Amino acid sequence: MTNLWTRCNNCQRILYKQDIIDNLYVCPLCNFHFRVEARERVAMLLDPGSYTFIDENIYPEDPLGFEDSLPYSARLRENQEKTSLADAIISAVGTIGGIPVVMAVMEFNFMGGSMGSVVGEKVTRVAERALVEKIPLIIISCSGGARMQEGALSLMQLMKTSSALAKLDEAGIPYISILTDPTTGGVTASFAMLGDVNIAEPGALIGFAGPRVIEQTIKEKLPKGFQRAEFLLAHGMLDDVVHRKNLRSYLIRLLRLFLNRYEK
Amino acid sequence: MNSVDFYQLEKPILELKERIDKLEGSDDPRKKDKIQALREEISRLWEEIVPQLTAKHIVQLARHPQRPYTLDYIQALVEDFIELHGDRRFADDPAIVAGLGFYKGRTVAFIGHQKGRTTRERIARNFGQPNPEGYRKALRIMKLAEKFHFPVVTFIDTPGAYPGIGAEERGQAEAIATNLREIAKLKVPIVNIVIGEGGSGGALAIGVGDIMFMLEYSFYSVISPEGCAAILWKDQSAVDKAAENLKLTARDLLALGIIDKIIPEPPGGAHIDPEQTFRQVDRHLAPALKKLEEMPIEELLLARHRKFRKMGVFSLK
Repeated sequence: MTNLWTRCNNCQRILYKQDIIDNLYVCPLCNFHFRVEARERVAMLLDPGSYTFIDENIYPEDPLGFEDSLPYSARLRENQEKTSLADAIISAVGTIGGIPVVMAVMEFNFMGGSMGSVVGEKVTRVAERALVEKIPLIIISCSGGARMQEGALSLMQLMKTSSALAKLDEAGIPYISILTDPTTGGVTASFAMLGDVNIAEPGALIGFAGPRVIEQTIKEKLPKGFQRAEFLLAHGMLDDVVHRKNLRSYLIRLLRLFLNRYEK
Repeated sequence: MNSVDFYQLEKPILELKERIDKLEGSDDPRKKDKIQALREEISRLWEEIVPQLTAKHIVQLARHPQRPYTLDYIQALVEDFIELHGDRRFADDPAIVAGLGFYKGRTVAFIGHQKGRTTRERIARNFGQPNPEGYRKALRIMKLAEKFHFPVVTFIDTPGAYPGIGAEERGQAEAIATNLREIAKLKVPIVNIVIGEGGSGGALAIGVGDIMFMLEYSFYSVISPEGCAAILWKDQSAVDKAAENLKLTARDLLALGIIDKIIPEPPGGAHIDPEQTFRQVDRHLAPALKKLEEMPIEELLLARHRKFRKMGVFSLK
């Protein structure tokens, strides 16, 4: 198989790659939502030419001197080369349907989208920017959770980001959280679940504990569809599940509703 | 290669402790002196053990089955404690206890993870692993404390939030996230004391506030060393290495600027002399609460926000 062709992870059918790309990385046959790189996400959602990337100068450190099969510093370099990003998140300011917004998007290809100090700082900064500029915040999550290699510092990013969002909450600035496949662990247990509106893409795995951990704990097979976006919707944890092709128009409609409030 | 377990290291100390317990129950006329001599022997032994303690040993000490739990602290330090149950949504979670009591003449809200002592109680309390209703109960009591101007004291001692089907269905992540955001806004002082295991998000959900203490041999970690070993080393025998790398001891967290102070434990650890442990906690808790109560609330909230705002290590290029 040349790299012009690929196999759908879900329906297993062979597809022409360009067809998937043209279809916003959704399988044209079965609607399976492939993962999308962070930069592509921004391009898909914000108005063309309207946005600039911000906070690009924030780089990770190795505060614990962590070393598993590879030193953390080497792992960081490897992932930075692979993704040409500083860490597992990018942020931008721009407009969507003409509405100014600030946006952060997580990059799963960078160490599983894990949250260490840089992700925590950049999420905090977009929240602060939204607060200062009084414009809505959109965060697209895609993460395995807190980054082990930064230990308790990663854990504290849960509180740091939630504390920044508490300020937005008090100020009445809309925050839309979009959960994509997968969003688990410390990211779900902090900013990803704190949107005024929480939406997810179809089929996205969303949870606190990973399915393998749960299976090992309860020693039972998990029910079909467990921890998928539709399961969370049914259990009241999401406002809606939105197909990628409708995501941009959904956000524009939603933001219009949030921004047209009656004057007191 | 895994090091020797802490439980083996402490054997001679436990034997001495048993002799102390026996003496305390006896009517030996010289028991005071004898106990004193035994305590000195424990101190001497402990001084030899301390330099050998690895991160894994501290994890084992923090999980020691004889270690004092939340309700032991409450019983020792609080008068007229009344436990309040339930989240008013779904259930009462016995893995978290919460309630009101008198501490130094004023009402304080106490919240903590609770493990069981007997097998039956351990199961009933789910080994101190809360479900979402536990976190929602904790938040309910925090809001109650805010409404009536009671400071909040939390005791942290959990392997983590429970990874179960029901927990996910009822929004484990949402419950933790909401607590974090609401703690950031809570208009009363909050003091946190890690007394044993600080297991990740499940600890954090009731484990952050204005002043954070850790007992000397407790730990606070983003993931259990076992979980970390399984994921990063794909090898359960790497628990030692994982524990070292995670920098999860009280000393590590103090050095990282995450906690405010370490509460010293008696020789042998908290379980060897619980009374002394309670006195140490008391000595630290009382002035901390007093200091926070004297701060204007706006200043307190600003300080709380700033404290977490600056957490993290990164560089600007």
